[in-house]
Amino acid sequence: MVLDDGTVLEGEGFGASATASGEVVFNTGMVGYTETLTDPSYGGQILSLTYPLVGNYGVPRPEPDGAGIPGAFESDRIQARGLAVHSLAETASHWRLERTLDEWLHAEGVPGIAGIDTRALAAKLRSGGVMMGALAVSDSPVDAAAVLAGLGRAARYSEGSFVGQVSAREPVSYGSGEAVVVIDAGAKNAILRNIVAMGYRAVKVPWDYTAEQVMSYSPRGVVVSNGPGDPERCAPAVETVGRLVSEGVPTLGICLGAQIMGLAGGAGTYKLRYGHRGQNKPCLEEGTGRVHVTSQNHGYCIDPGSLAGSEYGLWFKNADDGTVEGIRHRERPAVAVQFHPEASPGPYDCRFVFERFAGLMGGR
Amino acid sequence: MPRSESLGSVLVLGSGAIKIGEAGEFDYSGSQCLKALREDGIRSVLINPNVATIQTDTRFADKVYLLPVTPGYVESLIESERPDGIMLAYGGQTALNCGVRLDESGTLARHGIRVLGTPVDGIRRAEDRQLFKDSMGECGVPVLRSRTVSDFGAAKEAAAELGYPVIVRVAYTLGGKGGGVAHNEIELHEIVGRGVNASMVGQVLVEEYVGHWKQIEYEVMRDGAQNSVIVCNMENVLSMRVHTGDNVVVAPSQTLDNSEYHAMRSSSLRATGHVGIVGECNIQYALDPGSDRYAAIEINPRLSRSSALASKATGYPLAYMSAKIGLGYTLPELENRITRATTACFEPSLDYVVCKHPRWDFSKFEMANRRLGPTMKSVGEVMAVGRTFEEALQKSVRMLDAGRDGMVLNRSPEPSLSDEELERALSEPDDSVLHRVAQAAARGMSTARIYELSAIDPWFIERIRGIVEASRSPSLEPGALRRLKQMGFSDRQLARGAGTGEAEVRRARRDNGILPSVKQIDTLAAEWPAKTNYLYMTYGGGSHDVSPPGGGVLVLGAGPYRIGSSVEFDWGTVNMVWGLQENGERDVSVVNCNPETVSTDYDICSRLYFEELTLERILDIVEFEGSRGVVACVGGQTANNLASGLDGAGVEILGTRARDVDRAENRSTFSAELDKLHIRQPRWQALSSVAEAKEFAREAGYPVLVRPSYVLSGAAMRVVWSPAGLSEYVRSVPSPSPDHPVVISKFMLDSLELDVDGVCDGKRVVIGAVVEHIDRAGVHSGDAMMCIPPWRLDNRVMEEVVEYTKKIALTFNVRGPFNLQFLVHDGTVYVIELNIRASRSMPFVSKMARTNLISLASRAILGMPLPDVPDGAWKNSGYCIKAPQFSFMQLDGADIVLGVEMQSTGEAACFGDGFYDALAKALTSVGYGLPSGGAALVTAGGARAKEKLLGTVALLAKLGFRVLATEHTAEFFRERLECPVEVVHKISEPGRKPNIADLLHGRKIDFIINVPSTSTMEKYAGMLYDEYQIRRKALEMGVPVLTTTELAESFVRTLEWLKSNRTTRRPLEPYLR
Repeated sequence: MVLDDGTVLEGEGFGASATASGEVVFNTGMVGYTETLTDPSYGGQILSLTYPLVGNYGVPRPEPDGAGIPGAFESDRIQARGLAVHSLAETASHWRLERTLDEWLHAEGVPGIAGIDTRALAAKLRSGGVMMGALAVSDSPVDAAAVLAGLGRAARYSEGSFVGQVSAREPVSYGSGEAVVVIDAGAKNAILRNIVAMGYRAVKVPWDYTAEQVMSYSPRGVVVSNGPGDPERCAPAVETVGRLVSEGVPTLGICLGAQIMGLAGGAGTYKLRYGHRGQNKPCLEEGTGRVHVTSQNHGYCIDPGSLAGSEYGLWFKNADDGTVEGIRHRERPAVAVQFHPEASPGPYDCRFVFERFAGLMGGR
Repeated sequence: MPRSESLGSVLVLGSGAIKIGEAGEFDYSGSQCLKALREDGIRSVLINPNVATIQTDTRFADKVYLLPVTPGYVESLIESERPDGIMLAYGGQTALNCGVRLDESGTLARHGIRVLGTPVDGIRRAEDRQLFKDSMGECGVPVLRSRTVSDFGAAKEAAAELGYPVIVRVAYTLGGKGGGVAHNEIELHEIVGRGVNASMVGQVLVEEYVGHWKQIEYEVMRDGAQNSVIVCNMENVLSMRVHTGDNVVVAPSQTLDNSEYHAMRSSSLRATGHVGIVGECNIQYALDPGSDRYAAIEINPRLSRSSALASKATGYPLAYMSAKIGLGYTLPELENRITRATTACFEPSLDYVVCKHPRWDFSKFEMANRRLGPTMKSVGEVMAVGRTFEEALQKSVRMLDAGRDGMVLNRSPEPSLSDEELERALSEPDDSVLHRVAQAAARGMSTARIYELSAIDPWFIERIRGIVEASRSPSLEPGALRRLKQMGFSDRQLARGAGTGEAEVRRARRDNGILPSVKQIDTLAAEWPAKTNYLYMTYGGGSHDVSPPGGGVLVLGAGPYRIGSSVEFDWGTVNMVWGLQENGERDVSVVNCNPETVSTDYDICSRLYFEELTLERILDIVEFEGSRGVVACVGGQTANNLASGLDGAGVEILGTRARDVDRAENRSTFSAELDKLHIRQPRWQALSSVAEAKEFAREAGYPVLVRPSYVLSGAAMRVVWSPAGLSEYVRSVPSPSPDHPVVISKFMLDSLELDVDGVCDGKRVVIGAVVEHIDRAGVHSGDAMMCIPPWRLDNRVMEEVVEYTKKIALTFNVRGPFNLQFLVHDGTVYVIELNIRASRSMPFVSKMARTNLISLASRAILGMPLPDVPDGAWKNSGYCIKAPQFSFMQLDGADIVLGVEMQSTGEAACFGDGFYDALAKALTSVGYGLPSGGAALVTAGGARAKEKLLGTVALLAKLGFRVLATEHTAEFFRERLECPVEVVHKISEPGRKPNIADLLHGRKIDFIINVPSTSTMEKYAGMLYDEYQIRRKALEMGVPVLTTTELAESFVRTLEWLKSNRTTRRPLEPYLR
């Protein structure tokens, strides 16, 4: 594995014999690598896990629930371009087990590296900021210089548009009942599961649908999903969401979706030095003094200074660094959170966000 | 929300003496609680008779009372101190139960005292088995099927309904005390009988048994404003079969997927919210390994052993934070003490794996059953940190300091077992079960089969199998060597495997740059810069997190608590660190691996290495640190034993020079020095053959004492009474080696034993106190009651002892703490041994003399002169008595008769104006009820013991007690005394009434004097099963048993004293300097 700053990390390859490049990010969660790897928000990135023992419970068989959404998998494939761990479990144990993590990566064509100091890597990214990297796995010796040279030629993450790669091409519907439209910028399955569990039909539509196309479903509400990359590259979605919100459609934004709503409402966004990726992030709810432990995965963020001049006020902020973790519209039934209330991976403590959204839809 | 202004002073209840299930972890939690109070300007009052703790130094608490933690004593403090609030969660089950009783009696309400933290209603909902089940049902948390019962009839019905096997759990007890698994009605009868008795509320729970399910725990922090977080989750490697206190535990869980982890996490928050926890608690689950079914087993509404582990495993100071929440702070208001930049309202993320391993001491208890189950039997634990499970596990095995270097490649081979025996050992786990897994793996047994037998998750079995396979032909080639080190192999194991020496492996390693990395335990997986000094070493890293300045001092801690090395050595370690710092040493680091300690707290020293106390690792640390020197004299025998190896490797041992320590430990040179000083010692000889030993014993006369050199707590020490006994002993001990010779000496009956604790700077000797043992010589000093000042010694003897002490300390150039043991026989003083290190009794002596001996020792170690200390402060006012605490109840079958092997797990000490004033409180502190009337059973074998008891029995009768005795004893007392003695019959003759068994069950006996029949003290050889049965049965029924004539006499005299006196209740005076 090589990094943009010239660092070369040698380890043992696993998964697919392949070379991948992408933005190297770290996640501090201690469980849930299946959910994490299939989260479309990791599109374009190489994921390093700080918890050192990975693969212990293997990978389960995808078992669709009543609405056809598989448990544990947040999309139908591994979304991260590569995986870096300290120690890979070569044998796994779990009653849901279908195959090992190694076998899964191999089957999906994703390279992995084990045996590197992922703590030191996290410390480097923390102080130097996230950077591009490349991961090369081969049966023959790897020429680090060649991989580095290749990395120099690889497309930069900040210049990439990933949403189009992970969004649904055609609308897909789950469950039954009144429709809630999910604008799919890379939606996690757990968002769909939560909508279905609330008694609605979740309709996942392409990220660049117009407001008219969305309204053709006569939805009770709209969810703007999570997804990879820079929100400023999501102009069609910003346009659509702006229209829907101003027309009073109850709207919930999650992660990238929150940034899209912020942009639509006149706020700005920026890139964090190394992002928030983990399952232990404390968020303070404004006006209540309550702190919630949240699951997060984002590199971009709403600029707190820009909120004053926007349609939105602050709802949640990060209790550690004060960044914006949630906004609510001053007049319209529209709320958004930077964290992941749908969990998976991570804690279920913020399901109340969906209840709040249900309240907005009920009150229409 | 800042703390409530109405809190001026707060009473904190301690846990009392160390016992199985309640160990030093409550010194950690109590100390953090007191620190939190002080920071807020609140006056704190502590009640705890555990003299050997940091919390009972007058450093963190404003006032300390060395008094029993019982409702009566606490109430009298409430009356005199008038606290506004009370903390119940920091002193284990002892404090919690005491608090519940004070609430029930209306005492707290009457005095307007607020319970800070979880309210008593919440405690009840968690502790009461039925209320707990009901509460869980109300908040949608699944539980196992069960019934609460209070007698056998109901238990039988419940078991029939649930189907055998069933598990019996007891309410309001610690360490699973009294509970058990019943496979049939007969077992159920026995367990329910003792369980109902052990329970504070006479209640037990009969529950479906899910031994093969996974055992998972979560540590929850919750404030009064609905915020809650999980600080840590943990997985028990040995499944539900084994009590978590006896389980090998890893953090975080290893075999749970996201949905299982978070389903139980959410349940934990719901359950604790519903019960009404304010502060910290532990919740335990059983998880079906074959489906997503799980069930909550119990909630501990207080700081616990698990929470101490979680705190040390994550770096999150649970007890401190919990105390702040008790004062009214909310979690978001509190700061993460590790980063000092982020909030305490978060969940630690680990980037390492922690392995806790229990330490058992079954070998000290000859009759005890080693089998592990629902009752906790371990006496201590270690915690190892690594970046692979293999590394953490093998480190933990070494940390136990119990003779093994890891899972494999040990000095002594594991016992050879037949396939059948091995299968049984896997399905009926004892303290070596993981080594049996390794054996099975080595023999080629499949993982599926091992799992089927052991209920250990295949993931763990596979890791152990990996260790076994890697050990088959270890290569020292650099790549292979690095991989082996990452699996936690020590240099010594590899040397053994590769047929070379430890030093050679070390050299091979260093030549190839294979060195451990130093990493921080930072709560946040490196996501935020951490200022923490909390460190571990691993081969799973490529860089260090810290860079020490170099030239500092490294203090070696004491490792796991065990019999003979308990919290007193942690007290010594911490006081040494403080002493060094206060005397100008800027950079003091500590190595220790015991999570139940104050020395491993985050704010004690410059850098804390949560590491192995092995030569290899200490050398690694010294090299990394560039330490100026090492202090090895405060960490008990574990640290002391490292000194000569370190010295040999060129590491400077601070304090007394290694060769002077050797001179004292080598019997020959020690004797020669004493001869020069004209100081007597009992005759002795190094044992080289049985014939020689018999010759010595014939000349000196039996009994003789035989023991290996370099022992603490009398391991493998025996009093031998006959040539046959001598032959047997020689067969039973490992063959004497030149390094560790076996020594034989004359054992003097009817003598007094004395201890002297002191400090010397090479020129001046400060004597802390002369301590007299109340029990006769022969009872191990760790098990003996001790008294300061001596109450039976005349001044001439005392002066002689003081004079000898000074001469000896100067002769051996002691620079630091030392302890001398004397014997007084017919007015003549003999020296038994000199230990040039901190002793078990130093906190007791320091507090009595109001002179902190370890603080003084730190000056001597730094080469500074000792100050003038007023001589004989210990003689001036009143008495202080230290009494041992035993944990026999936890140990099935263990006999309670005392001997030269130490068996107590802890101690308590109390002050008094007079001897009986102090003794009454000390006895109460270690669990003796002091009845004012009732019936006493006296059984004594041999005319000599009976003779000695005459006065005691007469006094009993005079005090109005009914005296019961078996036929022969009754006859003897009737003849010799003019008092009525009622005849009762032996347990082995159940047909004859009145029978002792019935009387015990009917609670018709208040205490028992049972002096073993052999006044020869040849404990087991001549042990009469009947007497053993009485003692064991009495123990299970909670009836005090006094097994020496001295203790019986003191006990009865105390009862007499209490007829017309009330014990004093004065606070501990602070140290003079």
